[in-house]
Amino acid sequence: MIRARVLVSGDPLSLAHGAEAVKLTLETELAYYGLEQEIAVEYMGQTGREDVLPLVTVYPEGTLYGPVRPEDVPYLVEEHLYKGRVVSHLLAPPDFLPGKLAHLPGRKGAVYAQQRVVLRRAGSIDPQSIEEYIADDGYFALANAITTMTPAEVLQTVKDSGLQGRGGAGFPTGLKWSFVATRPEQTKYIVCNADESEPGTFKDRLILEGDPHAILEGMALAGYATGAQEGWIYIRGEYTQSKERVEKAIRQAEELGLLGDHIMESDFSFHIHVHAGAGAYICGEETALLESLEGKRGIPRIRPPYPTVSGFRGQPTVVNNVETLANVAPIIFHGAAWFRSLGTEKCPGTKVYTMLGDVNITGLVEVPMGTTLREIIEVYGGGMKDGKTFKCAQTGGSSGSMIPPSMLDIPLDYSSLQASLGSGALLICAEDTCVVDLAYVLMRFFQVESCGKCTPCRIGTLRMVEILDRLSQGQGSAEDIVALEEIAEHVRDGSFCGLGQAAPVAILTGLRHFREEFEAHVQGRCPADVCPMQPRPVAEAVSHDYLGF
Amino acid sequence: METNLTQIHEVIEHHGTNREALVEILRDLSQQAGYLTPEALETVAAQLNLPAGEVHSVASFYSMINTRPCGEHVIRFCEDAPCHVAGGRAVWQALEQTLGIKFGETTPDNQWTLLPTSCLGLCAVGPVMMIDNDVYGNLTPEKIPEILARYTGGDA
Repeated sequence: MIRARVLVSGDPLSLAHGAEAVKLTLETELAYYGLEQEIAVEYMGQTGREDVLPLVTVYPEGTLYGPVRPEDVPYLVEEHLYKGRVVSHLLAPPDFLPGKLAHLPGRKGAVYAQQRVVLRRAGSIDPQSIEEYIADDGYFALANAITTMTPAEVLQTVKDSGLQGRGGAGFPTGLKWSFVATRPEQTKYIVCNADESEPGTFKDRLILEGDPHAILEGMALAGYATGAQEGWIYIRGEYTQSKERVEKAIRQAEELGLLGDHIMESDFSFHIHVHAGAGAYICGEETALLESLEGKRGIPRIRPPYPTVSGFRGQPTVVNNVETLANVAPIIFHGAAWFRSLGTEKCPGTKVYTMLGDVNITGLVEVPMGTTLREIIEVYGGGMKDGKTFKCAQTGGSSGSMIPPSMLDIPLDYSSLQASLGSGALLICAEDTCVVDLAYVLMRFFQVESCGKCTPCRIGTLRMVEILDRLSQGQGSAEDIVALEEIAEHVRDGSFCGLGQAAPVAILTGLRHFREEFEAHVQGRCPADVCPMQPRPVAEAVSHDYLGF
Repeated sequence: METNLTQIHEVIEHHGTNREALVEILRDLSQQAGYLTPEALETVAAQLNLPAGEVHSVASFYSMINTRPCGEHVIRFCEDAPCHVAGGRAVWQALEQTLGIKFGETTPDNQWTLLPTSCLGLCAVGPVMMIDNDVYGNLTPEKIPEILARYTGGDA
């Protein structure tokens, strides 16, 4: 009989900080007190809390300790697990509790209520245990769908829920599925886009590592609804731990007959494979991803035909983001009306954000669609760091917009035209950030990651980097700003795929809201005092192609 | 370290000779050997029955597939906006100064190769770098010499 559960953070960063030694010492010490039969020690996935690793959580109390070193463990076990007294000096500072740990009922004033759908289990179950997932209603939606619903009913429920793709574009998921469901071909595919590489975004990693079975269940439901028999998860090459966890989850599900042939003795068969990428931002674009999945250079395909008509191996294919798929099983489980009760009318549900930069609490937060940026910063971010003043937010990763203070109260969702949600990264910048410098860094990213297929993106991003570099050295002219804006518009309008079309958004919104700062650089002044504002010595000239390695 | 034939056969055995496995084969080989020689690429091409140029083009596209020699330890420093805003530039300069090389270069003693990387997804603890497979976060210029010394026995 297990009376308590001790979870040790097992993400790569925690392991680098000695989480394995902490777990081993916990097990040794528990055995010393003869508690090994009643207290379970397990790894948990990403917690969203990265400042106090390794993190140790004791359930059912929900006590949070961190950072915990192996030498702290004997005392911790004796006091808390043997004698039942909280070790106050090891507690993680409550001011910084981000609320990423699913339930901490015992702590006062620490965690604000987030509405969690996607991250509901992350951090509260052992992601490597299918039993724990099942005990928490996992695979119930799939079982229910296969045994009591027709594929058309599953599809209709997802349509009715109003779920939109969480990868950035916000395309209605049910509609995408119906394009594939109505195709006459026998072979169809479900592809999970787990090539998360938008700078500042790590929500998919948390879902993959913290609740991998939710993705498998979502994919199987998508397969049932559309008539696909095979699923592929394209995981970013750098995410080695995510890949291992997902592969293990697939094996567990297959052993229990929840994936594979004749799932739950029905006529429905669904197999899932994992494919790891090899480092290319462009592969997050769905047609480039399909090329890469077929073993080729990740270069976008011409559209139409869209992947729903001719995708992986030329067959109709649904490509969905990790977070989108994580919403599917809860929708089937609770129904479309429940999902519509969250978020806004046009954009139901929740959104996972990664909050970074000059706020007191960085990490992941899941809030209903339509929550304002001000609320996210003040409530979940704990306000601006060191009493600084908010200057701008870069939303949606590198391809998102720059948001000035005047737009803090706009509800964030996919229907809002002024603020692109993108992948959900929120980079919060204080007054000591230079917009020109930020634009330079963002544009250099696109210049490096441009696949080179089309001219506007390949050449345009380089020209913009050069102009921004000149401005930061105090060598820019008024014509440079005009040219910058013109090139940005051309790249946005003339590029082949979403990468190029989104690349200049930060510059265009930056020019719209912070034009005077660009102009100040022309006059030889960096208002935030960040840019060098003098020519670089020739010997230190930056080569713009050093990434060609 | 260069790829040898046994390694190539083992990796291809694992992934199969289907063209779809090409990216994974090249990535695994590159990670095992550090980088891929033209001969290794040609061997893979022959095994998969693909034109050598095709294999070269795929290998050169992905950042996790190396086609140039690199040092014993590879530093991958994140230079994307979240790490930059958190003070990444100073750390980057400290890396270049400590090692005496620029990004994309290898030290003359073949100990270190310094590469930029795009976002590692650890932005909450930026600036971040990876040395081989170890991750370091919350970096400051002051921490750099001490971290590097862990790999060289103190003489970095």
